[in-house]
Amino acid sequence: MSLMLEPSPEMIKSERIFAEMGLTDEEFAMVEKILGRTPNYTETGLFSVMWSEHCSYKNSKPVLSKFPVTGKKVLQGPGEGAGIVDIGDNQAVVFKIESHNHPSAIEPYQGAATGVGGIIRDVFSMGSRPIAMLNSLRFGELDNPRTKYLFKEVVAGIAGYGNCMGIPTVGGEIQFDPSYEGNPLVNAMCVGLINHHEIQKGQARGIGNTVMYVGAKTGRDGIHGATFASEELTETSEAKRPAVQVGDPFMEKLLLEACLDLIKSDALVGIQDMGAAGLTSSSAEMASKAGSGIEMNLDLIPQRETGMTAYEMMLSESQERMLIVVKKGREQEIREIFSKYDLEAVAVGQVTKEKNLKLTHKGSIIANVPVDALAEEAPVYHKPSSEPDYFREFQAMTIPAPQISDYKTTLKDLLSQPTISSKEWVYDQYDYMVRTNTVVAPGSDAAVVRIRDTNKALAMTTDCNSRYLYLDPEMGGKIAVAEAARNIICSGAEPLAITDCLNFGSPEKPEIFWQIEKATDGMSEACRTLQTPVIGGNVSLYNETNGVAIYPTPVIGMVGLISDLAHITTQEFKQAGDLIYVIGEAKSEFGGSELQKMIDGKISGPAPVIDLAVEQKRQQHILQAIQLGLVASAHDIAEGGFAVAAAESLFGQNGLGAEIVIKGDVISALYAETQSRFILSIKPEDKEGFEALVEDASLVGTVTHDATLKMVNEAGINLIDVDVSELHAAWKGAIPCLLN
Amino acid sequence: MKFAVIVFPGSNCDVDMYHAIKDELGEEAEYVWHTADNLDQFDGILLPGGFSYGDYLRSGAIARFSTVMTEVVKAANAGKPVLGICNGFQILLEAGLLPGAMRRNRDLKFICRPVQLQVENAETAFTNSYSQGDVINIPVAHGEGNYYCDEVTLETLKANNQIVFTYKGDNPNGSLEKIAGIINQQGNVLGMMPHPERAVDSLLGSNDGLMLFQSIVKNWRESHVVNA
Repeated sequence: MSLMLEPSPEMIKSERIFAEMGLTDEEFAMVEKILGRTPNYTETGLFSVMWSEHCSYKNSKPVLSKFPVTGKKVLQGPGEGAGIVDIGDNQAVVFKIESHNHPSAIEPYQGAATGVGGIIRDVFSMGSRPIAMLNSLRFGELDNPRTKYLFKEVVAGIAGYGNCMGIPTVGGEIQFDPSYEGNPLVNAMCVGLINHHEIQKGQARGIGNTVMYVGAKTGRDGIHGATFASEELTETSEAKRPAVQVGDPFMEKLLLEACLDLIKSDALVGIQDMGAAGLTSSSAEMASKAGSGIEMNLDLIPQRETGMTAYEMMLSESQERMLIVVKKGREQEIREIFSKYDLEAVAVGQVTKEKNLKLTHKGSIIANVPVDALAEEAPVYHKPSSEPDYFREFQAMTIPAPQISDYKTTLKDLLSQPTISSKEWVYDQYDYMVRTNTVVAPGSDAAVVRIRDTNKALAMTTDCNSRYLYLDPEMGGKIAVAEAARNIICSGAEPLAITDCLNFGSPEKPEIFWQIEKATDGMSEACRTLQTPVIGGNVSLYNETNGVAIYPTPVIGMVGLISDLAHITTQEFKQAGDLIYVIGEAKSEFGGSELQKMIDGKISGPAPVIDLAVEQKRQQHILQAIQLGLVASAHDIAEGGFAVAAAESLFGQNGLGAEIVIKGDVISALYAETQSRFILSIKPEDKEGFEALVEDASLVGTVTHDATLKMVNEAGINLIDVDVSELHAAWKGAIPCLLN
Repeated sequence: MKFAVIVFPGSNCDVDMYHAIKDELGEEAEYVWHTADNLDQFDGILLPGGFSYGDYLRSGAIARFSTVMTEVVKAANAGKPVLGICNGFQILLEAGLLPGAMRRNRDLKFICRPVQLQVENAETAFTNSYSQGDVINIPVAHGEGNYYCDEVTLETLKANNQIVFTYKGDNPNGSLEKIAGIINQQGNVLGMMPHPERAVDSLLGSNDGLMLFQSIVKNWRESHVVNA
């Protein structure tokens, strides 16, 4: 391989080799103009990977600029490894979500595992101790061997990496829909804790300071991964398997501990993960952010294989590596920190005044390009956008309530839809308890992790109902943020901020770009109203298989602060005799609902409507009621509507039941997915205080001790009368049943 | 009482063990890196869970060659209490301090869930605060916890009352005779797959594990009074 001659600059240009690497003719011309010459092979590689959508956000920048990114408590917004929010007492929470969709589509175990590894590095590169993982997954229907294989292997990959790292995987969400059949989504989120003074930046400051390479050796795995992630999946994608990296969580565990020791040293100047585009992005970005340059001798890069070329080394996405900048003359201290963990820290270059990335290999200069051109000057595209026909058609439709006669069977069927049913089969494989801080385990609205040595806790969730987004991206974008906040509020926390993972199809298509624009409009508005700024995230475009895009899926990762452990609230009813309230009235809204999907096999019509002012007011009232100790249980009403939410409130396995009177139109009241609604239970003695505070609350029933769910209409006629165990069995058994 | 929490590269329940001892039990604990060559100052040795050396080979197969393991064996031979949990148990098996071996879980998947254990022997130095037959809630979290030993060993374990904990109800991992924890013949080395250090605070669901650590302290205090 090393004997193969690299194409000359002339050949790269005349034979358009740059196009194979992902650069367009215009982009290649821009590179020539920047350099004042034709780039060589390595340089072309540097530009192609740094100017990929994955690294440069060249197609998404215009929409990302709409997000509110500041707030009183925001210590670090987008632009670094992860965002940071103040939580008081000199502590802060660090979090970010990232996609690993394309790798997971062709090599699900390693794709998912390295997705987890990458986001963990983003969080500890800020100097923070990772304390929890979440994820958001999308697959096709579990009715074919390929999807089952992808699902099982992705879960195993997430478990394999996270469990070995000793970071609890505490929550997540999974949706199954044919839209994701060929292009599953694997988004991983990591949450960390940090003391304010320990916050690190990925900057190469101080001319003459030493650039050091730490962690695993560089191999030929993952070459051009970022470019691959910026293309559509096709039948030939399988051939890109070598672009998928292989994870080593043990190496990452050592690297994590070593880096957290490292940040205590004042010899450290800057640190950055070698993620997408590996050595290239970490060096160019660190230098660009600091207004400096970096010179590296690639002969010194620790290599796993012999005969690696400069191109291969610079574009490798081998995992578990970090680039650090340390004060000149103090390299030995750094080596000692890493040697405790049997890791090498190797000086490979230095910070320069000249703002170039200058690489030497085997005695000659192999690349010399301006760092800003790589990191900052990728072209920005304002893609054309056009409203798709389907949207106009859906908006014009009126969706009648489905005809249902057997309410009980419909409820059981809804509970056994894989998107709604218990995900125990999944989280049973995740060590969600390690570090012994997990107060509310997976399966709840939000996971709750206490902060040791304080009386506080963090609530965290991932959320996105992409069906609504497909029907109406703007409305769906608002709902995604609002629903994440509902989950956080229901656990007793105040929402702090979000991280987002924007999974869409190809931005080259005006209809898809329209979805991106509208969805981010909706998200931005909801973030403003609910005061949850966007502190970072990731964009994953080109999620298409053979030309068909996934549903627009901007996944929201939200973190909230519980100021007193006594506020922690869960969704299960607690005690017979407690009063059951519904907040918000159901309307006949079935577009994109689980019921519509179950009956019609597809979705249509307008998405449910959300009024953000109403949402915000209700959330505030409920949080106040929780903080005053007036709420025994709280659960948001989401997929499947009220009936499903009521059933889920009974799955605490404490032998409780409920008697509920259904008011108004029965089918809407039971199954509609009208927004901004909650089901709460309240102790009888708190009735007055609660009703005075939460004005939209309507008393609908009582918690009983006979382990049955009874629903009657206003005339007293039985609608549903079923043993909770029967519902529980349908809900719990659905996914294992589909897999076996 | 002063406990050593042994940390191998890849251990990850060391922090949980440390806090269980310091914060909940109220005794002294210190992290001891795997290169340590002296454990004389410690009264009890704790081998926490995790993935030592990534468990890329058989779980615990590499960790048992660590420098500190020579000292752990020495401490065990000197009669000090030695407790191995999860990966710690696997290391004790590999080191030959306890008999038998671990296989992958019956369903070939990692499992993490609260389980019920039955206390089969409440007269050990690790269980004397429980009563015989007590059912306690302690979580498991492992991929290789399917205990196995040959028939002769099993008969010996039974004859000497060395089976300390069994799984109550479902057998989560396929272990022989639902074995969850065993002790050596001398009664000072206990290995168990479930995690008592994760069950020391009712805020997190259970504090049934605390009595295990309390037993160790109680026994140590009593034996030290006797020996004095």
